[in-house]
Amino acid sequence: MSVLAVEHLRVEFGTENGPVIAVKDVSFKLEKGEILSLVGESGCGKSTVAMSIPRLLGDSNVTLGGSVRLNGVDLSAFSEKRMQAVRGKEISVVFQEPMTSLNPAYTVGSQISEVLLRHEGLSRRAALARAVELLELVGIPDAQRRIAAFPHELSGGMRQRVMIAIAVACDPLVLIADEPTTALDVTIQAGVLDIFRRLRDNLGTSIVLITHDLGVVADIADRVAIMYAGRIVEMAPTVAIFAAPTHPYTRGLLGALPSRAVMQTDGRRRLTDIPGLVPSPSTDPDECQFAPRCASASGACTAARPAADLVAVGHSVSCYHPAVGAML
Amino acid sequence: MLQQVITSIVTLFLASIVVFVGVRLLPGDPALVLAGETADPAVVAAIREQFGLNQPIWIQYFNYVGQALQGNFGVSTRDRIPVAEILLQRLPITLELAGLAILVGVLIGLTAGIVSAVKRGSFADYAANVFGLIGLSVPHFWLGMLAILFFAINLQILPASGYVAFTEDPAENLRRMILPALVLGTGLSAVLMRQTRAALLGQLSADYVRTARSKGVSRSREVKHALRNSLTTVVTVLGLQLGALIGGAIITEQIFVIPGFGKLIIDAVSARNYPVLQGAVLVAVTGYVLVNLAVDIAYAYLNPRMRLAGGAR
Repeated sequence: MSVLAVEHLRVEFGTENGPVIAVKDVSFKLEKGEILSLVGESGCGKSTVAMSIPRLLGDSNVTLGGSVRLNGVDLSAFSEKRMQAVRGKEISVVFQEPMTSLNPAYTVGSQISEVLLRHEGLSRRAALARAVELLELVGIPDAQRRIAAFPHELSGGMRQRVMIAIAVACDPLVLIADEPTTALDVTIQAGVLDIFRRLRDNLGTSIVLITHDLGVVADIADRVAIMYAGRIVEMAPTVAIFAAPTHPYTRGLLGALPSRAVMQTDGRRRLTDIPGLVPSPSTDPDECQFAPRCASASGACTAARPAADLVAVGHSVSCYHPAVGAML
Repeated sequence: MLQQVITSIVTLFLASIVVFVGVRLLPGDPALVLAGETADPAVVAAIREQFGLNQPIWIQYFNYVGQALQGNFGVSTRDRIPVAEILLQRLPITLELAGLAILVGVLIGLTAGIVSAVKRGSFADYAANVFGLIGLSVPHFWLGMLAILFFAINLQILPASGYVAFTEDPAENLRRMILPALVLGTGLSAVLMRQTRAALLGQLSADYVRTARSKGVSRSREVKHALRNSLTTVVTVLGLQLGALIGGAIITEQIFVIPGFGKLIIDAVSARNYPVLQGAVLVAVTGYVLVNLAVDIAYAYLNPRMRLAGGAR
């Protein structure tokens, strides 16, 4: 049984200008100790997927559809009260913004302790002692002293490590990391990714990593799900995505990587881009939403939405014209 | 911290000049008031001489400040009682009234502000906002008279006016202070309610509140996280409102016939009792400056980022 199974997730926001369907239909499974990366450009719904798993979208104008199963238990039936017991304990989150995600008025130690006091029933003293261990675990030097520091006294990278310490404090089954390295310097990124890798190796934590950075994906992910306009268009082991991308959108994303820059006739290497714009999220027509931007689009693409097909073991793609073979 | 203390001292110095000059800009001659309308010019001159009123104003000022620093605020021109003695007698009464009013204001204002922010869009929020608008718009004197009309005359459960010292009869003292404190505290609670609501609404949508939620804490703990960061605003407003509170106390004491600072100031103005007026206003200003110093110190406690900045000075 998968640790996490998301089935036909749909997230709709009610706004003054009508509904916004941020996530249309997303399904995936996450195994124990697996790192799955959700990749896509801004607005594709990847962060919304991440936040709807622990039901952190909160507001009353959000409509959630589908189900989220944790070790087979359907969380969508859980009351808010029962979800509180799950959050921070079984499913925890590392957010994108280390600068604002910690409370400026409380010490690092008390913010880590809070989650331990909530779920582990530790005494205040024991929780603080555990917090020191956690800071050491995420590679913060001089943890004994840093426990009394306030967030503003730490750098962005250090704050993100504190966030990770909070997230892993109760040894969660699933860690959701929403662009955890986007706000950090490249030199800091590698260190943070290394923490995730060690957590997975040592504790068997399953990780959903949201990112738009294919470099991060190549570095750490076991599997990749490519999202476009609220749907997963291609899902495959990381090696397969880079070696044999099948969906035209995936190939477009990879083509935009500097390392994949294509040699032009004039002898200069240029990045390829994907023409056109992301479709409006207010409608969900029965068609391939990438078709208007796709070079291989045909009449079939706008006649009906393509279903996910297996093109190899563990490699599925939703496309009528999947590309075959490696990219140039 | 040292900087705040120095700023406070400079403020007090400037304020003392303004008060001193301001008092002398009042129309009317204290010597004439003292001697009576029909007094002999020689008597008036003698009184001028006695109180130093015939000297240049800046000499009068330095004489006054020099004495004031030693706790001597002169004597009342009316009854020759030392001003310091009068002030010490009246100050506790106003402090009690202001203290109770602040208590009322903070209890009602903070509670209403928190409820309306947390239950945004609910009936409670709507009710608190209506209360806030009314509390801000209604002047003290009108509210005071309404309160007297309703509680003292119609219901006859609270006395309309008068004062009993706390040391004499604590229960009766509090019974007589309830209405004045409510009247004086209403405006404050309305301001605090609106500021608390606005600050808390802003903080409740902050990223760190979402982090708290992701830890699985209850809604009330989420609010606690946000509230801690809203309190700087609330404390600032409280400090600023103290000026309005002093003004309100003057009117409230007049309505409820409480022999506090406010009444002292009004009586001193009408009697052109310069020494008493100066002393009273100066003490009020000192209180205001001290409270704002306390606000600055409270900041450092509430906002750790300012603690660092303060320590570096």
